[in-house]
Amino acid sequence: METLSYRLTAARPAAGSKPLAIIGVVASGNLEVLVERVGAPTECQIEVRTVAEGFGAVWAAVIGDFVMRRSAGGLKLSINDGGARPDTVALRLAQAVRLIEDDER
Amino acid sequence: MIGAVSWYESSARERLRLLLDPLSFREFVGPEQREVSPHLNVFNLPQQFDDGMIVGRGRLDGAAVFVAAQEGRFMGGSLGEVHGAKLTGLLRAARDVRTTPVVILFDTGGVRLQEANAGELAIAEVMRALLEARTAGAPVIGLIGGRAGCYGGGGLIAGCCSALAVSEQGRISVSGPEVIETNRGVEEFDSKDRALVWRTMGGKHRRLLGGADSFVADTPESFRAAACRLMHLAPRFDAEMLRAEQRRLAERLRRFGGCSDAFDIWTMEGVANAFDVPNLCTDDFITLADSVREPRYDAR
Repeated sequence: METLSYRLTAARPAAGSKPLAIIGVVASGNLEVLVERVGAPTECQIEVRTVAEGFGAVWAAVIGDFVMRRSAGGLKLSINDGGARPDTVALRLAQAVRLIEDDER
Repeated sequence: MIGAVSWYESSARERLRLLLDPLSFREFVGPEQREVSPHLNVFNLPQQFDDGMIVGRGRLDGAAVFVAAQEGRFMGGSLGEVHGAKLTGLLRAARDVRTTPVVILFDTGGVRLQEANAGELAIAEVMRALLEARTAGAPVIGLIGGRAGCYGGGGLIAGCCSALAVSEQGRISVSGPEVIETNRGVEEFDSKDRALVWRTMGGKHRRLLGGADSFVADTPESFRAAACRLMHLAPRFDAEMLRAEQRRLAERLRRFGGCSDAFDIWTMEGVANAFDVPNLCTDDFITLADSVREPRYDAR
């Protein structure tokens, strides 16, 4: 297991008021993302626990892209990863933000 | 059915959202509390924030219910220490409240082998708590239609419920196909013969044998309708009911003990063409099952 931590300046703050949301499951090639409204609206914190060791550079690229494109400010994303591919990670991160911004679900 | 949501394909959280009245679910010990398994890290295995068990309360057709849902894709929905403790706690709450029904959305392969004795103990605790809840007057309804089926200790817990609803995709048993084949040989049970697995453990067989009370389509709407109906039909739970259940099981063994295949049992039950049963659509099967099922003894 490997733990990776990131703290990035966010392009935009997340909308909505829900305190938390969760998406995905921990399975082979899949991951769960727990997203909580924590911290300054200009910052995004991400903590990853992954079974696939040695992929820090790929995580940094996917997460940098996510924080730049999405409204991830004021959020803390905690990830349990079962060895998901980068495209699956990007999808789950986007789903997590959409879910916490949607006060109807 | 194009566009219909599949219960089998849905996650545990999606099932709860679609089962309960909109926005009525309140989770107990949610993922943000991070009550993760204390055993999996020893094996260098990843944890899940809810340990594959979601418990809480909500409303079903306006009525208050306690709910529990297993996530079959996380470690096969297996019952570990935390996973089991959350269900035990929910059932003890139901025991103390006395009349609020409990709905359990099963999706499990049984005990989590990495957690060994802690997992086995968890299953024993869940069964005790479930029977205490029923004794206190709370009906406990099981819904079975997930990817992992309902096996091992999960099958034992399901057997303790007041009533069960199962879909064709749901499977209920204790030893799974691979376990039987490993221990008894391929001549006894060929786990790769999917048709054999489904007609021995699948929803249609369980419904025809009387183990499951309701057979439903693979949709949240069907499971919701069954849960609403069964909550109000749950049998009482006392020594007389258990004696009736014992008589029913002895009679079942006497009638079907010599059968070597589910086809033989269905034929003896009065199904005109047993070989057609696996291909029947949901509505046709329900019509058939309602016409041939075992008599009901106010017991499962």
